[in-house]
Amino acid sequence: MSFRERFARWLFRLGRDEHLPVVLTRRRIFILPTGAGILYAIVLVVMLIGAINYNLSLGHALVFLLAGIGLVGMVHTFRNLLELQLHPGRAEPVFSGETAYFQLHLDNARLLPRYALEFSIGRNGGVLCDVPPEEQTVVAVPFATTRRGRIDPGRITLASRYPLGLFRVWSYPHPPLSCLVYPRPIETPFPPASPASQSGGTTGITGQEDFSGLRQHQSNDSPRHIAWKAVARDIEHRPLLVKQFDGGAVEELWLDWSLTPEAADVEKRLSLLAGWVVRAEREHRRYGLRLPGRSIPPCSGTTHRSVCLEALALYGD
Amino acid sequence: MVIERIRTILGRNRRREKPAPVPLERGVIPWLLAVALATSLPHAEHLPLWLTLIFSTLLIGRTWLWQRNARLPARWLLALIAITGTAGIAWHYRTLFGRDAGVALLVFFMALKPLELHARRDGLVIVMLGFFLLLTHYFHSQSIPTGLWLFATTILLTATLIRMNGGGPSPRRILGDAATLVAQALPLMLVFFLFFPRVQGPLWGLPRDAHAGLTGLSDRMSPGSLNQLIQSGEIAFRAQFTSPLPARSQLYWRGPVLDLYDGLTWRANPRNALRSANKPAAVEILRPNFADYTLTLEPHNQRWLLALDLPISFPEGTGLWPTFETLAREPVRYRTRYSFRSALDHAANRDETPRMRTQSLRLPANLNPRTRQLAREWQETLGDPERISAAALRFFRDEKFFYTLQPPLLGEHAIDEFLFDSRRGFCEHYAAAYVVLMRAAGIPARVVTGYQGGEINPIDGYLTVRQSDAHAWAEIWLEGRGWTRVDPTAAVAPSRIERGIGAALPAGDPLPALVRVDGDWLRRLQQLRHRWEAANNAWNQWVIGYNPQRQREVLSRIGMKSPDWRMMSLALAAGSTLILAFVAIGMLCRRTKAPADQRAWLDLCRALERHGIHRLPWEGPFALAERVCREHPELSEITKEAAGCYATLRYGETNSPEHLRALQNCTKRLASRRRKTR
Repeated sequence: MSFRERFARWLFRLGRDEHLPVVLTRRRIFILPTGAGILYAIVLVVMLIGAINYNLSLGHALVFLLAGIGLVGMVHTFRNLLELQLHPGRAEPVFSGETAYFQLHLDNARLLPRYALEFSIGRNGGVLCDVPPEEQTVVAVPFATTRRGRIDPGRITLASRYPLGLFRVWSYPHPPLSCLVYPRPIETPFPPASPASQSGGTTGITGQEDFSGLRQHQSNDSPRHIAWKAVARDIEHRPLLVKQFDGGAVEELWLDWSLTPEAADVEKRLSLLAGWVVRAEREHRRYGLRLPGRSIPPCSGTTHRSVCLEALALYGD
Repeated sequence: MVIERIRTILGRNRRREKPAPVPLERGVIPWLLAVALATSLPHAEHLPLWLTLIFSTLLIGRTWLWQRNARLPARWLLALIAITGTAGIAWHYRTLFGRDAGVALLVFFMALKPLELHARRDGLVIVMLGFFLLLTHYFHSQSIPTGLWLFATTILLTATLIRMNGGGPSPRRILGDAATLVAQALPLMLVFFLFFPRVQGPLWGLPRDAHAGLTGLSDRMSPGSLNQLIQSGEIAFRAQFTSPLPARSQLYWRGPVLDLYDGLTWRANPRNALRSANKPAAVEILRPNFADYTLTLEPHNQRWLLALDLPISFPEGTGLWPTFETLAREPVRYRTRYSFRSALDHAANRDETPRMRTQSLRLPANLNPRTRQLAREWQETLGDPERISAAALRFFRDEKFFYTLQPPLLGEHAIDEFLFDSRRGFCEHYAAAYVVLMRAAGIPARVVTGYQGGEINPIDGYLTVRQSDAHAWAEIWLEGRGWTRVDPTAAVAPSRIERGIGAALPAGDPLPALVRVDGDWLRRLQQLRHRWEAANNAWNQWVIGYNPQRQREVLSRIGMKSPDWRMMSLALAAGSTLILAFVAIGMLCRRTKAPADQRAWLDLCRALERHGIHRLPWEGPFALAERVCREHPELSEITKEAAGCYATLRYGETNSPEHLRALQNCTKRLASRRRKTR
C-alpha cells in the first residue's frame, strides 16, 4: 500500500463497515468548499472592498449577511448527511459489461428532510435521491461491471451540495455489497451433438412439436406455454393450465466445456457457454451444463438458466 | 484543433478528461429570470431609457423562449448584441469605467446572460452577478425601503441557489427554506456588523461620477437659484442639541458667504480662502450664551459645514475661515456627524482688514442708478451706518413689498427694478438689495447664505433642517461692533423667521406639501412624517452612519475599554463561532424522541450492560429474560418483571403509567444492585 493510499485510509476512515446499519456519524463526514463556494468567497471579498471604498454601511451589512448565509449553509450541508443510516440491499445479477444496480435502503430517523444525496461508486455516474423526514427510501446505485464472478463494488461515495452548492459534504460508506456477474455471453451456433450429448435425447417424454394436452401450471413453466384461451374461458375457477407438447425432435442439449475450443482462454470459453445457455433458454430447449468438476442435469426454465449462469459466473472460484 | 494536434505530437495530451458540465434544469430558469429582474429593476430609475428597453426586451424574449422550450440564439448573435450594447453604454457615458457606466454594464450583462443558459455554471454566474447588482443599489439609496427590498431579494437569490442544488420543484418550500437560512444568518450579520473593524473609505480614488446628484447650497447665488432649493423637501442636516434649544430667531446656520457681485450673480471670493491674504477670523464672546450641538450632515459634495452663527469650537479636521464659514478639509460626501459649540452673542472681526472692507464695498459701475441715488441720499441725511441700515429696513417694511417664491423676472438693473417697481421676491432678493444699498452708502456689507430655522421632531428630539429652510441674509461691518447680522427678510415677512417659510408665503403660492402647516389632515400627516423621519434618523445614525468613529463609540459603551482591531477581531471570532454553534446544535441535534416506553426499556438494557449482559439485536424482552435466568440467576427476578412490564406497555391494550413506573423502578434497582456488589 502506497503512502498516499494509507494516508487516505487514515484520513477518510476507509474500510469495510462491519456493523449494520451503517450510520454516518460526524467523524466520518467530510466537508470542503466547492468551486462555486470559492467563487462566492471571492465575490464577497470584492463586494466588501467596494463597500469600504464607497463607505456603504448597508453594503457592509449585505456582505455580512451573505457571509452568514454561506456559513449557515455549511452547517445545513453537513446536516444533510449526518446520522443517515444505510442498509445494504440486493443487486440483480447482470452479464459482464452491463450496469449492475446496488440497492441501498436509506433510513432518515431525523425530523428534517435530506435532499439531493448523490450516490456513486468509483468513476461511475451517480444517482440522486431525497429522503423525507422519518422515512425510508431505496436507491439503486449504478456500477458498470467488467468481469464475471461475485463482485464487490467497494466503497460508495455519498456526497451532497444541498442547499447552496457552496460546500460539498461527502462520506465513504462501505457496506457489504455484492452482485453476481455472469460471463458476457457470446452467441454462436450450438455445438454439434456429440454422442454424449445425445444420451436419452430421443426417449424424451415431452417435446416441443405436437400438442398433447393440458396440465396444471408449475412455477418453472414458460409463460408462452400457458393456455391463455382456456384460462380466459373461466378465469375465476380454473387453475392456470399449460399446454403440453410431445414428440418431435426432442433433444437434450448438453452444453459441455469440452465442446468449446481448447485454444481459447477460460473467459472466452465461459462466454461461449453462457451464450449457448442464453440461446437455449430463448429457444425453449432442454439443456444441461457440464463443467470440469460440475454437471447440471438437463432441464429448462428461468431458474435452471440462473443456476447454469451462476455456475459459469463462479467457475474457478 | 491545431493546438490539440501539437499536444498529441508533443505527447502532452494527458489533460485529464473534465466531467461534462452539469446541465441546468428547465425549472431553474424562471428563478434565474426572477433574479435578473429583481436585482436590476430598482436600477431602471437611474439608467438611460434605451438600456431599460433593451433589458426588458431581452428578458421578455428569454421568457418567451423558455415557454416555447425553443433553442437559444446562436453565439455570434449574442456576441453581436453584447458588442452593440457595450458600445452604446460607452457612447452614452463617454467611458466604460465610471461608477454609473459600470452599473449599466452589469445590468446589461444581467439581461444578456440568461440567453446563454446551458449549464449550472451559467446559473451560478447569474446569481453572483445578482449579488453584485444588489450592492450597487446602495450607490443611490441606503434608505429603509431599499434595505427591506434588498433583504427580500437576498432571500430570492438564496432560494435560487437552493433550487439549483437539488431543492426540488416546490417554490413555496424552497422560499421557506431560504427564509430559514437567511433568518439563521441574521445574528451572524449583526455580530459581523458590530465587530468587523471598520475602515474609513475610500481606499483609492473614486471615479469622478461617484458623487453625482447631491443637492445643497452652492457658492454662487443668481436669481432663482435659491428658489429651486426651497422647493425641495429634502433634509439638509439634523441637529441634536445638548444645550437648551436657542430661540428660532437665532437659528442661522451659516453657509457660504458671497461678497463678489457682478450685477447678476453673487459669488464667494475664492481668494478669501487664502489665509495669508486675510486676517484670520476672530470671534469675541460677548455673553456666555452657548449652544452645544451635533450636526448630522447629509452629503452635499461641498466643504462647508453649516455651523450655527458663530462657532467657537470645532471637530478635528475642520476650521473657521476668514469669512466665518466652517469648512471641512474634504467635501462632505458621506453622511457625517460634527459636534460644535457656538457663541450666540458674539462680535466678529472688530478689526477687519482694510482690504476685506474695501472688497465689501465694491459694486459694478453703471448699474442700478436709482438704488445708488437713494443710498447716497441716506448717507448724506443720516450719516451714521446704523441709522442707514435701519432706514433700509424701514423702507422694506413700509413700502409695499411682498414675500413670494414666484417673483417676476428682472432686467439689467435688477436691484432698481426690485426696489422700485416689482417689489416681489424672497430672501435672496431682499438680502441682495439690502447689501447693494449698504455698499452704495459706503458701509461694508455682504450676502450670507445658509439655512434658517428648522423643525423639532417630537419623536426623537432632533431638529430637522430641510433644503426648504435655505435662506439668504446680510452682514454689515460696523466700527466697533464688527460684522453684524441683518436679515432684511425679517422686515418684510417676520413670520418667515419666526415660524418658517410655510407660514410666510401667501396662500396659493405653490410649495412642497411637507412645508405647509395648515389643515387638520395635514397636521396628522405631519405627525406621521415625524415618526417616519425619526425612524429614518435612527437608521441613519446607527446603521448608515456606523463608521469607525461610531463603532468605537458603541463598543466602548458596551464595555470594551479601548476597542482596537485586535479586540474587535477577537470579539468577532468569538461571537460568530458562538452563534454558529447555536445554529448547528439547534439543527444537528433535532432528532425524534423515541416513545417513553421504548426509552425506558433501552435504559434498562443499558443498566443490564453494566452487569455484563448485552441484549442481542434480535432478542425480545422475554428471550432476554430467559437468558438472564440462565446466565445471571440473581438478576432474573428484576429482568422478568421488567420484561413483563415492557411487553404490557408495548403490546398490551392499555397504556398504563404504572407499568412504565415499574419498568423505570426496575432500572433503578438494577443500578443500585450494581453499586452494592461493588
